[in-house]
Amino acid sequence: MYGSTTFTDVKTSPIANEDPDKLAVFEARIARGEKIEPPDWMPAEYRRQLIRMIEQHGHSEIMGALPEGKWIPHAPGFRRKLALVAKVQDEVGHAQLLYRAAETLGKSREQMIDDLLSGKSKYSNVFNYPTPTWADTAVIAWLIDAGAIINQNANAEGSYGPYCRALKRICYEESFHLKYGYDSVLTLANGTARQRAMLQDALTRWWKPIMHFHGPPDKMSAHTEILMRWKVKIRSNDDMRQEFLDQYVPKIWELGLTLPDPNLHKNPATGLWEFSDPDWDEFKRVINGDGPCNAERMNIRRMAHEDGAWVRAALNC
Amino acid sequence: MNDTALKNLLFRLADDELITGHRNSEWTGVAPILEEDIALSSIAQDEIGHAQAYYTLLADLGAGEPDAFAFLRDASRFVNAQLCELPTGDWAFAVARQYLYDAAESVRLAALSRSNYAPLAQLARKLSGEEKYHLLHGKTWINHLGRGTDESRARLQAALESAFSYALGLFETPADEAELTAANIQLPEAELRRQWLTVVAPVLDGAGLTVPAGRAVEGGRCGEHTEHLAKLLDDMQLVFRSDPEAEW
Repeated sequence: MYGSTTFTDVKTSPIANEDPDKLAVFEARIARGEKIEPPDWMPAEYRRQLIRMIEQHGHSEIMGALPEGKWIPHAPGFRRKLALVAKVQDEVGHAQLLYRAAETLGKSREQMIDDLLSGKSKYSNVFNYPTPTWADTAVIAWLIDAGAIINQNANAEGSYGPYCRALKRICYEESFHLKYGYDSVLTLANGTARQRAMLQDALTRWWKPIMHFHGPPDKMSAHTEILMRWKVKIRSNDDMRQEFLDQYVPKIWELGLTLPDPNLHKNPATGLWEFSDPDWDEFKRVINGDGPCNAERMNIRRMAHEDGAWVRAALNC
Repeated sequence: MNDTALKNLLFRLADDELITGHRNSEWTGVAPILEEDIALSSIAQDEIGHAQAYYTLLADLGAGEPDAFAFLRDASRFVNAQLCELPTGDWAFAVARQYLYDAAESVRLAALSRSNYAPLAQLARKLSGEEKYHLLHGKTWINHLGRGTDESRARLQAALESAFSYALGLFETPADEAELTAANIQLPEAELRRQWLTVVAPVLDGAGLTVPAGRAVEGGRCGEHTEHLAKLLDDMQLVFRSDPEAEW
């Protein structure tokens, strides 16, 4: 599950040192819709941005396993217990696929995990928010996975072959998560008064992180032109957020649930959703480590990594 | 034979699988390498699914509903062997328990495949196919750790020492064994235990490990458990019991 994690970071002249002829051939291939494969020539900036993006996506998958994985021991009934283990397993499997795709660009899984643990590389902000009730897992499985599908379907049309192929498989699995999530939400929405209240609370709690999921507004991340041209980034953050709102707000309202933003509405003149500022300062604070669960999540990841060190040593000897 | 002995057997089979599967699922997201997160999650799903299948045979005998068996019974009514409920521990303990348990499971399922109770024999044949991979996984890790570093061998040997007596408890003779063997429903536990040792001992030996000595820790089959089972069930039943009438 992955949205747009950070503000886009492109140096002012990322292609100044590239061979213009090779660059022209490379850009023409992309313009024709061809995929770039690992042995092909590519600009250093293309490689750097792709590694950053695929790595962050991989990290988001393993960090995303934690808030939901926490509920595996508590899942109510065989059906949910089996489905939740399978779902979280899928997310870890996605990390494995993505790390493999990033490795084709020259960064090893060990380096990527070291950078995650040192805080050098980031992961999706949403996984730094708490999941205090069972309903939180339902909301994540439905709406965070829904947001991720929009992002990942777009990126699957990108220019780097190994990433696109990994994303095709990931999206296929995410579509099952979405069904599972919607079914869980629907069950709670049609359940007892307590279940309904639990669901409403979780949705209210998760709305801000959900609005953050596709990343800051386009006007705050100006340098995406070259990434769009190279098909590293396919759709703008605002565009994906609009699609998400368009698809899911009506479904949420249909269930008789409310969203904690009195300004949320679709403007009939523009066809676009309007909403209150979802607090981008908080988004930046959380990205930089100061969110409600950053420390807890990183501690678990670090502890798991350290506890496994002797096992990896045994495998490598 | 009335079906009480058969039901008791099905509860033993189901409870072992449910509690072991629950423990294995605790590794989802935190295993030493990603590949093992995925492997243990698969094994956990198989085991939890097997528990559900055994509980469904019980439901077919009119004993109740699978969700109620798993999510509404107290610890004293569970009849899993104590091995299954022991805390997750380190990776060496996970490997030791998984291997010893799955070797027992493979021996038991092979015997049950010839059970006189056709629905159980049919199910055992189906589950054997999945258990084969669990056993292979366990054996592979026994070899990785046994033949790995000094530390991995020492940790695995220590884990085997602490798990082995509990693993012998998987073969605790139930009070109604005579009825089950007379009806050709399953082999005597002592015979299964003998077969298990012939599977396990050469594998441990081949990985440079010592087969621990020790007496079986029993009681699980009579509902006697360590304090860990009650804690596990508190976790497992938390949401379900918050409103057992609700759909979840």
